[in-house]
Parts: sequence; C-alpha cells; structure tokens
Amino acid sequence: MTVFKTLIKSLAATAGVAMISGCDWVVMSPSGDIAAQQADLIIWATVLMLIIVVPVIALTLLFAWRYRASNKKATYQPDWDHSTHLELVIWAAPLAIIIALGAMTWVSTHQLDPYRPLDRVDEGKPVPAGVEPLIVEVVAMDWKWLFFYPEYDVAAVNELAAPLDRPIKFKITATTMMNSFFIPALAGQIYAMGGMETQLHAVINEEGVYDGFSANYSGAGFNGMRFKFHGKTDEGFAQWLDTVKSQGTELSRTAYKELEKPSQYDPVRYFNTVMPGLYDAILNRCVDPGTLCMKDMMGGHSGHQDHSQHEADHHAH
Amino acid sequence: MSDTFDLGKMIFGRLSLEAIPYHDPIIVATFAMVAIGGVALLVAVTRAKLWGYLWTEWFTSIDHKRIGVMYMILGIVMMLRGFADAIMMRIQQAIAFGDSMGYLPPDHYDQIFTAHGVIMIFFVAMPFVVGIMNYIVPLQIGARDVAFPFLNNFSFWMTASGAILVMMSLFVGEFAKSGWLAYPPLTGILQSPGVGVDYYIWALQIAGVGTLLSGVNFVVTIVKMRAPGMSMMKMPVFTWTALCTNVLIVAAFPVLTAVLAMLSMDRYLDTNFFTNDLGGNAMMYVNLIWIWGHPEVYILILPLFGVFSEIVATYSGKRLFGYSSMVYATVVITILSYLVWLHHFFTMGSGATVNSFFGITTMIISIPTGAKVFNWLFTMYRGRIKFDVPMLWTVGFMVTFVIGGMTGVLLAVPSADFVLHNSLFLIAHFHNVIIGGVVFGVFAAIAYWYPKVTGYKLDPFWGKMTFWFWIIGFYLAFMPLYVLGLMGVTRRMSHFDDPSLQIWFQIALVGAVLVGIGIICFLLQFYFSYRKRDQLRDETGDPWDGRTLEWSTTSPPPQYNFAFTPRVHDNDAWWQMKANGVKRPQDGFLPIHMPKNTAAGMVIAGISTVLGFTLIWHMWLPAALSLVALILATIVHTFNYDRDYHIPADEVARIETQASEVKA
Repeated sequence: MTVFKTLIKSLAATAGVAMISGCDWVVMSPSGDIAAQQADLIIWATVLMLIIVVPVIALTLLFAWRYRASNKKATYQPDWDHSTHLELVIWAAPLAIIIALGAMTWVSTHQLDPYRPLDRVDEGKPVPAGVEPLIVEVVAMDWKWLFFYPEYDVAAVNELAAPLDRPIKFKITATTMMNSFFIPALAGQIYAMGGMETQLHAVINEEGVYDGFSANYSGAGFNGMRFKFHGKTDEGFAQWLDTVKSQGTELSRTAYKELEKPSQYDPVRYFNTVMPGLYDAILNRCVDPGTLCMKDMMGGHSGHQDHSQHEADHHAH
Repeated sequence: MSDTFDLGKMIFGRLSLEAIPYHDPIIVATFAMVAIGGVALLVAVTRAKLWGYLWTEWFTSIDHKRIGVMYMILGIVMMLRGFADAIMMRIQQAIAFGDSMGYLPPDHYDQIFTAHGVIMIFFVAMPFVVGIMNYIVPLQIGARDVAFPFLNNFSFWMTASGAILVMMSLFVGEFAKSGWLAYPPLTGILQSPGVGVDYYIWALQIAGVGTLLSGVNFVVTIVKMRAPGMSMMKMPVFTWTALCTNVLIVAAFPVLTAVLAMLSMDRYLDTNFFTNDLGGNAMMYVNLIWIWGHPEVYILILPLFGVFSEIVATYSGKRLFGYSSMVYATVVITILSYLVWLHHFFTMGSGATVNSFFGITTMIISIPTGAKVFNWLFTMYRGRIKFDVPMLWTVGFMVTFVIGGMTGVLLAVPSADFVLHNSLFLIAHFHNVIIGGVVFGVFAAIAYWYPKVTGYKLDPFWGKMTFWFWIIGFYLAFMPLYVLGLMGVTRRMSHFDDPSLQIWFQIALVGAVLVGIGIICFLLQFYFSYRKRDQLRDETGDPWDGRTLEWSTTSPPPQYNFAFTPRVHDNDAWWQMKANGVKRPQDGFLPIHMPKNTAAGMVIAGISTVLGFTLIWHMWLPAALSLVALILATIVHTFNYDRDYHIPADEVARIETQASEVKA
C-alpha cells in the first residue's frame, strides 16, 4: 500500500492534480478494501492510457504550431498521404495499450466481482479461518433503505453498521423502483431491482461514518434516499446492536405494510424483531397473505438472477 | 371510468384546464416570452409577406438543400431550449445546499433534466447531423437530390412534429420525470400515471419514423446515386461516415420503436413487459433501449468524424493521411458499436465474464478511433495549416475528444465503472465526447459549409468568439464534474448537504454561463455576417480551396446541383479536376428532370402530431379520427401523379452562363 500511495502522490503531482491524495475524494481514498482496489485500478488504467493520450495532445499542438501556414520554413508535402510504417504504428500502439488494459480488465473484473466471496479483508490479510460473512439484506423502498440483519433478527431504516475487517455479504432487492446501492467508501455500487436479487461482498477497514445512497434516479424521493454507514469496532458494533434492540419496535407484516407506503427523508428507525421470512417475501413479491410467491411460479424457479457459482442460499427464518 | 358512455371523456380524455401549469411562475414567464416571441415572429413574417415564399420555397420543398437548412434551423432553435434547461440545472445545483432548497422543486427539476437529455440528443444533435448529411452528401457524390426526395421532406416534418410535442409538454401538462431513457418501472403506469411519459413516448415514436426513413433514404442515395467513377473507395470520407451512420440508423431505430411500443402497451393496455410483477422484467427494457442507445452515440459522432476529416485535409492543403485506414476504422466502429451495449449497466449484476466481454469490446473501439486521431494528426504533419474557424474547432476537438475518450475507456473497465457509474464523472465523460465531438463538429461544419449554402462566409471574428467562449466554457463547466464524480457525487440530484461540494458546482455554473455567451456569439455571427455579406461574398463557389465535389458547383448551388453529372477519377475529385484544369462546360445543356414540391409531408406529419397529442391525453375519439385521416392522407398522396417537371435546357444554360461569368 505504501508503495502505491507514494506512486499515487507522485503521479498526482506530475499530473497537476495534487488534490487526489490530500483532498476528500472518497472514490480515490476510500476506507474499504474493495473500493481501495477499485481506486488503484482507476489509477493504473489512467496511467496506461496517458501513455497514448499525452503524446497525442502534445503532437496535435506541436503540429498545429509547426505547420501553420505562415511558417514557410516547415516542409510542405501536399500529396503525402500514406506510409505503411506509420500506419502500422498508428494501429499497433492503441492495440498494445488495449491488450494490456484488456488483460487488466479481465483479471480485475473477476477478482472484484461483487458476487465473489472475499478471500482477504485487507492487503496481506486473508479472511481468518472460521469467520463467516455478516449477512445484510438490503431493500430499496420508496424512498428509504431497509436493512435486515438475519443473524441478529434486527432491522433498521436508513442506517447501516458493520464491524471492521469482517466480510459483509449484501443481498439486495427493491420494492418497486430501480435504485442502486452505493457506499463509495466501502465498495462499488450494484443495482437494487424489484423481484430480483443482486449481491455485493465487501469489507470496511477503518472506523468512521460514511455516506451511502441510491446512485440511480428513482423518482420523486430520490434526493433523500441517503443513509449513514457506520464502520465500527467489534465492541462498537455490539453496542449498536444493543441500541437497535433496546430502542427498536417490532417489524410485523402490518408494520411493514405501513413502512412500504412511499415517503421521503425518513428518519432512522430500528426494529428489534422481524417477521420471519419477510425479506424473502419482499424479494418474491408475496408479502400480502394469499399472494403467490415468484419463486413458486414458473416451475419453481426463483425470480432473482441465477448465478449458479454463487448460488444464493435461500434461508428461511 | 364509469360504464356509461361519457362523450366529454371520449373527446377530451385527461385534458382539462388544470393541465395548464399557470401556478408555476417560471413556466408562466417562459410561456409569456415564447408567446411574445412567437407572435412577433408571425407578425414579422406576415408584414414582410413571406408566407407564400416560405410555403412554396421551404415548407413544401423537396430540395435536399432546403431540407438540410430546415433541419439546421430546427437544431438551433431546440439547442436554445436544451441550453435553457442546462443553465437552470446548473443554477439549481450551484445554490441548493444545506438549508437552501434552490429555486426548483424536485418535481420540476426532474422534468428539466429529462427534457434536457431528450432534446439535446433527439432534437438538437440528430437534426444537426441529418441536416449536414442532407445538404452535403448529394453534392459530394455528384447527385441532383436524394433517392426519395418526398420522403426526405416527410422525414423532416416528422422530426419537427416530435419536437413540437416536446415543446407542448412545457405548457400543456408535464414532461417525463424519468431521465432521458425512461427506465421502467419508474415509467410504468403505476409509478408515473401522468402524461409526461406519454409525451416522451409519442414525441420519440413520431420523430423516430422520420429518422428511420431518412436513414433508408441516405443508404439508397449513397449506394445508388454516386457519380460515375466514384467507386466506394473513392467516396469522400464524410460520405463514408454518412453511409455508416445511416446503416446504423436503419438497424438501430426499429429497436427503439419496438421497445417504446412495448412500454406504451404496458401503459395503455396493461401488458407486463417491463413491470415488476406477472413475469415482467425491467432489465429487458434496459437491454433493449441500450441496443439502440449505444449505436445512437455512434450515429451522432461518425458523421462529425467525417466532417473533421474533410476540414483537416482542406485547411492543411494536403491529402487526407491514410484514406483507406480511415474508411476501415469507420466500418469497424460501425460493427463494434453493436457489441458493447451492456457496458451501460455493468452494475446490474451480469457476472464477471459477461462484464469483461463487454468491457473489452468497448475498449477495442478505441483502437480504430485512436487510428483516426493519428490520421488527422498526420494529415496536419507537413501541411500548410490555415487556422480559419473550422480548423480551430478541429484542433479543439482533437485535444478535447481524446480526454473524453480516455475517461470513456476508463468507464469501460467494469470494476472502475462500479464506482463511477451514474456519477457526475459519467456526466462529464459523455458531455466531453458529445460537446467535444458532436457539437464542435457541427459548429465546424457550419463554418465550413456556410459559404456553400449562402454564397458568403461567416464573419471570422464572431466565429472565433464562439469558439473561445465555448471551449473555455466547456472545460470550466465539465472538468469540475469529473472531480465531483471522484468525490462520490451522483447524477440527477437537486439538493446537496455537503458544503464542500458547492465550489465545484459554482465553477461549473461559470462555465455554463461562458457557453451561453458562446451561443449568443454563435447567433450574432449570423446577423453580423449577413450585414457584411458583400465583403464576405464568395463568387468562386470554392472559398477554401476545397477537395471534394460540393466545391465544384456554385454557391449557393443551383436547384439541380450539377448541370452535368461529374466524372470522378480520384477520392479528392475536385482537387484533381482543378489540378488538371477542368473547365466548366459552356454549352450542350439538356433539360433537367426534377421532382415537384408537395405539401403531403407537412400534412401527414401535422396529422401525426394531432394523433400523438390525442393519444397522450387519452382523447380516444379525436385519436381515432386522426388515425383515419392519417391513413387517408397517405393513400391520397399515393394517387398524386403530378410529381415531376423538367427545367428547360435554355433555362439551365442561362443559370450556368451567369455562374461562369461571375466566376470569370
């Protein structure tokens, strides 16, 4: 990391954007391992492309100046329009860059696939044996976020917390509108869509309070679809759970139906008990009693996207 | 909604006085301005007794040159509307921090960003691109008109009809609050019950007919009507790019029509293509709209690549470097543009292998594009570059576009896209390529071909003012958005909490104001150039020492373009003719067979506008009547056999002799 940070700093200085490392550019200086790798990738890809872009801009300005009509000293060859050598270079140079970038893309896309369970919590720190990811079920509602913690049987509206250095597995769906679940300090975004489940694996490494929001415009209440994400120590996280349990109310079917009504700028709310199977019912669009669940329609296929290698476990409570 | 037959409802549908947003002062003021301006224009035209002239020489004209000019005027008018939307958004985002909610409530702001996107793409960029192709392509290939002249007039009026519907939504009802691609489920009938999405659908459907037909028209024109000797590999590069663009239009626009038809069925007939329930899937819409949408951005940029190729060769006084590699690059881009659409939604969970595939195909497009940039660069190399206004735009484009291209390739890396998607970084990227590429290209093309259209050059002073205000304004307006994107700021927000962001939005607003001044300079240059037209007059028809056939005829060209079909021996046909001392023919003129003007295009498009409006408002009875009228008008037009006439030989001789005298 230190090598990288030095490199980033020197690059930033040379590129004339000395603010990258100093300023509060959350995408470039995040606090979670996945987002940090994504930031590194942005730097590397940009450096690779600058190899072509900088000379092109320099040559454009240079040629524009040197071959200006008033400069009679410059060579003028009105019929020179072909050079096999030059054409080879013209096609080969971008090709070479794209081969390198393509390889980088293939590897990084698989490495940082949001569906892929983490194998490390930070650079040089593999996931300790026996540590299971914290499962958080995320529902994008109109216009607020609902987070379920099945492990602890609690839920919260517009507030999310997670312990440091423990992998988190988000399972994400939506009630109606298409939203995008995004905490820039933690990891890249993924869409939240009704009747479908997407996933995100991430880990937070630094204690702090970070912004989370919907990155996909979803109608009238979109502006207020924001929440705070708390990265907490184990003790801090335990305290947070205690608060949720002590201050929370019950999330019954009735309470959920009330919550489901469109609303904007909702305050943080806690729930200390959750109706069993509620997330699954939301995902399968059968919260109302008597409605047929999507997973039971169409020959038993569940409605969410089927990624067989990371098949999501349908745990019922 | 009752079982009894309600005649009022059948006639007026959802339309009532409530639909007029007279309670919104911004809209009322806008309406007042538009109304005063409109009435003033009508009075001016009437007092100058111009209606007859406009009707016979322009509205019903099937001359590709007149239609091309009308497309450009439509583009300029709609650009003012699109820019008004832009500056309103910039002001809102610069002031709506913390306790200040700005001056636009989300309900209004959301309509504005939707209208801005829709107008700029469909009713500014598209008319500009189609307009330039309309004027130039037949001249460059030595043809007298396009293959289907009536269809060309009809296409224009259908595009104008779509634009009229979008403009009506400002004062009657509302526009969509959905973003320019109108993703469901937000645009479903449950989530958007109002007329906004319907305005969107019908405006695009009607304009889409025009675009598709003009695509067919140009493919046929370029394939079938080239002058003898002009083999495919002797076509000017602009014509090549126009061909590729029209192939893209023909292949892509039916997809847009189909996807919007399915969305309208979801809204009108309770089908479930894209709903959350009953087996619908909104992701299918997203796939389909981008299968049209990605080729669309190449539809916009390719012809401007052609424009820059013409300009860079002309002002460098040199053959275009690597003609064949330019052509192959264009064709490769055309094909690849169909294989990249998924990069618009890497973040919907397609899986790593699929994402990598589409990421890499996207990057591959940068190879032919990079080759093009190098070709322009080596055209300048060892040239004698004259920095007239079109060349300034070209150099500005080359510098700006590579930056936009670089951020585009960055967004094509899926793992990077996960943090940049939907952010202001993305907004900065596509404005960087669309303004830096398409808009700069259009302005370059206008400055370049204006003397061909009018017979006098544009005043270079105002052209240079336009250029400098635009380019500085562009960088100030959009570089801060790259920064904001890296600060994790997402698009389509009308209010912010974090005060540290505000300075960047304020800088962006300054940039937008400069661009606005650039637009004013752009408009002023027409006025001042007209006043100075005698000084700026070009009698030669070839003011820039051009290379292609459009410069071989007079400025403006006669109605029939060429008295004799030119023979082509070189891809710089006119350059080669000049080098060989080819003289204008003085005699032996023959009568010229020409198509006749017709009002049918305007009539049918007018009825389409009414049909669209009545469908938007659920006015079923008038809708049914206008549908019948539409079909009848079309049938009646097919019985019009009075479609052509001949310009007599002595009339041709008179025009040509006059032109030769002036030239000599």
